This record gives sequence, structure tokens and C-alpha cells, in this order.
Amino acid sequence: MILLSITENIHNWLFSVMPAEVASIVEMVLIAVVYLTVFAVAGLFLVLLERRVAAWFQLRIGPNRVGYQGLLQTMADAIKLLTKELVGTDRADKFLYNLAPYFVIITALMALAVIPFSQEFHAFDINIGIFFLIAISSIGVIGILLGGWSSNNKFAMIGAMRSGVQTISYELSVGLSLLTMVVITGTLQLSEIIEIQKSGWLIVQGHIPAVIAFMVFMISGTAETNRAPFDMVEAESELGAGFHTEYSGMKFAYFFLAEFINMFIIAAIAATVFFGGWLSPFGITESIPELGVFWFLIKTMVLVFLMMWFRWTFPRLRVDQLLTLEWKYLLPINLVNIVLMAVLVWLNLTIRL
Amino acid sequence: MTNQELQQIIGSWQPELEFTEEESQFLNIQVPAKHLHNLMARLKSDPETQFDYLFCLSGVDWGEKLGIVYHLESTTKRHIVVVKVTAEERETPVLDSVYDIWATAEFHEREVFDFFGIKFINHPNLKRLFLTEDWIGYPLRKDYEDETNMILY
Amino acid sequence: METEVVHTNFKSEEYFINMGPQHPATHGVLRLLLTIDGEIIKKVEPDLGYIHRSIEKMCERDSYQQIVHLTDRMDYLSANINNEAVCLAVENALQLEIPERVKVIRTIIGELTRISSHCLWWGVMGMDVGALTTYFYGFRDREMINDIMEETCGARLTMNYNVPGGLMLDIHPNFVKRVKDFIAHFKTKLPEYDRLLTGNVIFKKRTVGVGVLSKEDAISFGASGPVGRASGYSCDVRKHHPYSAYDKVTFNESLKTEGDTYARYLVRIQEMWESLSIIEQLIDIIPEGEHRVKTNAVIKLPKGEYFQKVETARGELGVYIISTGTKSPYRLKFRSPGFSNLSLLNHIAVGGKIGDLVATMATLDLVIPDIDR
Repeated sequence: MILLSITENIHNWLFSVMPAEVASIVEMVLIAVVYLTVFAVAGLFLVLLERRVAAWFQLRIGPNRVGYQGLLQTMADAIKLLTKELVGTDRADKFLYNLAPYFVIITALMALAVIPFSQEFHAFDINIGIFFLIAISSIGVIGILLGGWSSNNKFAMIGAMRSGVQTISYELSVGLSLLTMVVITGTLQLSEIIEIQKSGWLIVQGHIPAVIAFMVFMISGTAETNRAPFDMVEAESELGAGFHTEYSGMKFAYFFLAEFINMFIIAAIAATVFFGGWLSPFGITESIPELGVFWFLIKTMVLVFLMMWFRWTFPRLRVDQLLTLEWKYLLPINLVNIVLMAVLVWLNLTIRL
Repeated sequence: MTNQELQQIIGSWQPELEFTEEESQFLNIQVPAKHLHNLMARLKSDPETQFDYLFCLSGVDWGEKLGIVYHLESTTKRHIVVVKVTAEERETPVLDSVYDIWATAEFHEREVFDFFGIKFINHPNLKRLFLTEDWIGYPLRKDYEDETNMILY
Repeated sequence: METEVVHTNFKSEEYFINMGPQHPATHGVLRLLLTIDGEIIKKVEPDLGYIHRSIEKMCERDSYQQIVHLTDRMDYLSANINNEAVCLAVENALQLEIPERVKVIRTIIGELTRISSHCLWWGVMGMDVGALTTYFYGFRDREMINDIMEETCGARLTMNYNVPGGLMLDIHPNFVKRVKDFIAHFKTKLPEYDRLLTGNVIFKKRTVGVGVLSKEDAISFGASGPVGRASGYSCDVRKHHPYSAYDKVTFNESLKTEGDTYARYLVRIQEMWESLSIIEQLIDIIPEGEHRVKTNAVIKLPKGEYFQKVETARGELGVYIISTGTKSPYRLKFRSPGFSNLSLLNHIAVGGKIGDLVATMATLDLVIPDIDR
């Protein structure tokens, strides 16, 4: 409520001092700046979380010197990267080379706009929310392709080509598994999807096909973010650093940060679509809407942890096995699953509390 | 098979071979360079000897001549024999390659070429292995001198 | 007139990349020249010599005690076994009678070295196929061995514990207890290795049927150690030419017949169990006695040729000494296992993907200083 009143006050004040058109533009810019700052910092803390989780899996302590329990470690890293010299290859396609990191980071941040963090904390409640997410997340790969291609490095090139193959394939599964859930909700708008879940999270409502869809989504979502065990794009033991071999300083940091923001987005979508977003379990805190952000973040972080768990446990697949998994297993399962879900909805077999 | 039996069998193939067991724990065969490949092929293929494992191929600078020492073992019969050969001349030493008999010889012969300058006939890819292409001289020869990276005695 | 472009080395679809000398999967400064068609490998050509120190030439000026020290710097992960090879060669040449105590301790130390080397290999193997966590598990257990070595030998990596005639020092009073502790610890940890990596579906997919080496090729290419044994080629020097105390212990030579990357992996895991059992058999029966036989300060080998094989963690290490009766060898050749094992890389990697090459190379367990002597 406090947050709401602050934004409302700013809104009222802006509209009182300037014409409506200018005021709404200023408002958009303000919101964009807030989102950028919040998620740049949040991305950095995800990096820290990943490092601490990895350390925990690997019998280490992880960063614990800079700030309390190493909380400022990634901040310090970011500042270091900011001040580093940007070294590139000779005869790289300079324009595309410089453009690539922005493609990746901007698409990652754009997708955040439609994600409902709580009932009020929702920047852009578009009525084609899911469609927008799917569309935006496929632009990111262009940045990776450009970066790998323009670097004038064969390892980067192989990484970029792998990325193209991988992302385009797994896009299908991500989209189809989300569409499976749309069959239940009948809407693409994320706020409405959450509204529907007040009578039971979708993973409960859709039971068997929903669980299948969730598993497919997590697998293909991990592949979509190019994280282990699907990190063919970077595959440090095969390709050095893959597509971002030739990037340094802040441009490298953009790729790095985008990976983590993408991971957060995948987890956030899964939390929203399958686990009721900011809704509390069994409505236990329904009377306190401020806790929405808390529940949302809890669910997202559990899923983020799951993805980190994958990464630090599994070996990496080979590129042909990766494609086999998608085209021979996930995609057919997905298509059957959609039909199954449609039948379920048609016969009214969904579970509603 | 004991060394005497081996000597009898191998000696019956070619008369030019010299056998010795002095100063060594194995049976040594000194073979003229022109008979090397024949002998080696027979050592491997003959059912009585079956030396299918070339476990060591060393170039040696004997002073006047350059030579190679082959250590052969049979993985079925578990006997060992040492074959020695020397190249005709020191300036442009040439020997037959045995890589078609034991595949491991390809790399070992490249190493010998690199360090001793012995050229191998029929070798598929005879070029420097460890040193750069433009290296002058053959470091493991006794008369090799390198003023910049001297090994002090 | 059209100008004709003649491609001598490449077909038009193929291209060439440099893997190394700075590449994470080559574990050092090995450079592989890869000819690739898309992801498929057409040719692998190793380019060596980035850390060649010409140890063989240096040996020609050094005394035998000094040579022992140089061998540490070859295959640094089986430093003790390398030392042992030269010491055994010299002792055999001098016909020294080595005390039983020395033989048993050498065997125990050698097997500890083997376990430590395989621990590191296991960690790196996992890392090469993308499971980064294994690295730390491998190093956790290796650390215990390093501590034992530090206490007894005074060093953790290049121990120089063996000298011609015996051991540099007697074992530390804590040695037996700590080795027993380690055995107890490692017996609980080895099954953990299996749970984390061996049974993993992705790991199996990555390794089963990859980089297959037939028995005939293994022998022809001079493969030794786990690489040869995974192809069904019985090549354990400890069995066929026993040295030190290996004739007193019973152990199985771990053999597999598949010859693929997974078989090489399993052979090494099995070898760790065997090494544990060898140490267990010996640790309680270390005889009392001298830890060293007196030798001359300047060792002069009688004129002649001497050859000694030992089984290092990587395979068969041969030491070939030609002596003319002076304080240094006339010629000393090391037959290193890594060199022969590397030579078959092109043979088994062609036709696979880049990822297969990395997995295959990991199970060849190359240590570059061993190849670049």
C-alpha cells in the first residue's frame, strides 16, 4: 500500500505539472530507469547466489570477503569490469560486434516488463503477455549469433552456430509447453492467468499434462538460457568461451548478466504460469497483498535454485544429442500433451478447488 | 621362449645378423640397414616370434654413426628382443620406416628425426615434432652445439 | 578464362582450427591442429614441444642422483613412480640388494601416487564433459594423499623420495596411521564418485561407444596403461614384469574389452579399488630394517645397456640407459606412456564431434610434460 501510494503521488504530481503526453513519457522513462537499476542489481545478486550455491555443491565457501558474507563481491566485479579496457579482435565487424551485447541485454530486460511481481508491481500488463514473452526471448539469440559471427574467431563462430540451432529448436518446446497451459486459462494476459489460479495453481488444475508441461518447460527453458547441461554455446572445455570469447570488460558483463536475467525470467514465467505467481499457497496471506512480491520471489528462487542444481550436477550433452532430445522426444511429447490438455479441458476434468 | 631359442630361429632367417647378449639383459640383434625392414616385418608376422609390441624406439649417436635401437616385445609369448641398426653415413643418415609394421613408430620416428636427423624412407609425415620447422641442427647428437642455450657439462 | 582455385589440403566444406596451446581441454600446452567439417573432426594433428626441456640431453651430463630429480618433472602426477623407474634401473645395473622395507614402502607410495593421479584425472574428466563439480571432489581426496606425502617425503608434488639404493628418508611415524585413515575415508568416497558421474545418463551418452580403440590397434600404437587395458590388452607391467613388492601382493588387472571412452573410465575407477587393496595388503607388514643401502657418492654404472619398465598411472614408462662406465649415462631414453597414447588420438578421434574429442582426450589422461620430455 505504501508503495502504491508513492507511485500514485508521483503520478498525480507529474500530471499536475506538465501536459498529459509529456507526463506519461516521463513516467515511462522513470519506470524504465527503476527497472534497469533494480534488475541490474538483482542480476548481480543472482550471480552471487550462483557462486555461493556452486561453492556449496563443491565443498567450498565461495566469495565471502567483500561486504557481509561477500554480498558486495559481484558489485566490485561489475565495477572492475566497467573500468577494464575493451579489447576486441582485429578485422572484426566492428558495428555488429559492438551491437551484439546490447541485443542480448535489452531483450532480457524487456521481457521483465510483463512479469507480474505482485498485484501492483507490474509494469506492463499487456493482453498478449505470454506471446510477448515468447517473442522477446527469441530476439536474444540474434545478439548471440551476431556476437559470434562478427568476432572473427572460429571458436566464437562455432558457438554462435550451435546457439542458433539450439535456441531455435528449444523455442518450440518453450512456446508449446506454455500454450498447453493457455488451453486451461483461455487468456494470454499474465494478470488474468494469475487471477484464474486463485482457484488452484495451474499445475494442480491441469494435473498430469500440467506436470509434463512443467518438466518440458524447465528442460527447454534451461536450454533456452544456454545453461548447463545445455551450455553448448559456451562449452568452456570445447570452445574456450564460445560466442563471447572475444568480448571483454563491460560487453562481456552484458552477456554474463543477460544469462542470469534470462534464468530469472524463465524461473519467473514458470512460477507465474504453473505456481500461481504472487499468490500465497492456499491463500494464507490473502489479506496482506504486500506479501505478493515475497511469495513470487520465493517461488522464483526455488526454481532458480533448481536450475543451478542442474548446472552443477550434470555433464554437458553433445550437440547432436541436444537436438535429438528436442526433436525426437520433447517436441512429440509436447504435441501429444497439448491434445491431452485440450481433451481434459473439453471434458471438464481439470481440478478446481 | 629363451634367448637361445630366439637366436636360433631368427638366425636361420638371415645370415647377416649379429647376436649378442653381453652388457644387456635382452638378446641384441645387429642388423644391416638394408635388411632392416625385412627383418622387422618377419619378426612381427612370424608365428614363432610374434613381436607385435614396439615399446621403445630410441635414436642413439654412437659417435661415428647414428643408429636406432628397437625394443620389441611379444604380447602373447612375452619374450623381448632388441634390434639395433646404424645408418650408413653421418651427414645424411637414411633408414627404412617401420611405421607400417607398428603404428606407434610414426611418432617415435618423427621424434628421432627431430633430434638426430635420421631420415626415414616411406614415412607418411616426416617433419619436426617438438622443435620448430626452422630449427638448425639436431640437438641430441653428440656434436650439437648451441651457443645461446648451452647445456653445461 | 576462369582461374582455377586448387585446394590441396582442404575440401571446400572443411576448415581448420587451433585447439591450444591455451585451451581448457588440452590440460597444458598441447596444441592440436584440427581439420573440421562443421562439428565433425576430419583430422587431428598434435603439435608438441611447447614445454620441451630436453631432459634426455640434460641426463647426459648429470649424475644418476640428479637424473632422479629430473624425472619428477616429466609426469608430475606419478612423480614417485618415475623416480622408482630410474632408481630400479640403476640398482639393477649395480646389482644392489635392496632391503624388503624399501620395496614395500616404494610399492605403497607408488600406489598412493596412482590413486592421487586417478583422483585428479577423475575430477578433470568430469570437468571436460561439463560436470564441474567433480573437480572439487577429486581434489578433496587427493589432498589427503598430498598431506601424507608432505609429511613423509617433504613435498607434495615433486617428491624425490626414491634415491638409488633406497629411500631418501625413512617414513614418518604417522605414516601408517594416516594411510589407514585415508583408506577408510576413500572407501566411502569412491562409491560417491560412481553415484555422481558413472551412472549418469548424460555421461554415459557422452562416453559409451565414443573413441573406440580395438585391441590390435592398441598394441600397434603402443598403448599402455588404462588405455590399453580398456581395449582388452593385458599390459600391466606390475603383472608381467613385477618390480618392487608387486610379486608379493594379489591384485586383479582391470580389463575391459569395449575399448571406448567409458571403458577407459571404468578401468581407472577399478584401478583405484585395486590400488586400495594393494596398500591394504602391505600397510601392516612393512618390515623393519634399513631404509637405504649405502652407495658411492658418485655412482658409475658398469659399461652396458639397461632397461627398466614400470607402470605409472598413465601406462608403461621405460628407462633405457646406455652406460660407458662414467658418472653419467651415454644416452638415456625415456619411453613415456603419454607419448604413445597421444599418437593414437588421430586414429580414434576422427569421425567424432568436437565434444567427443574432448571426452576421448580426457580418458587418454595426457600429461603434457610427460610427452614433451
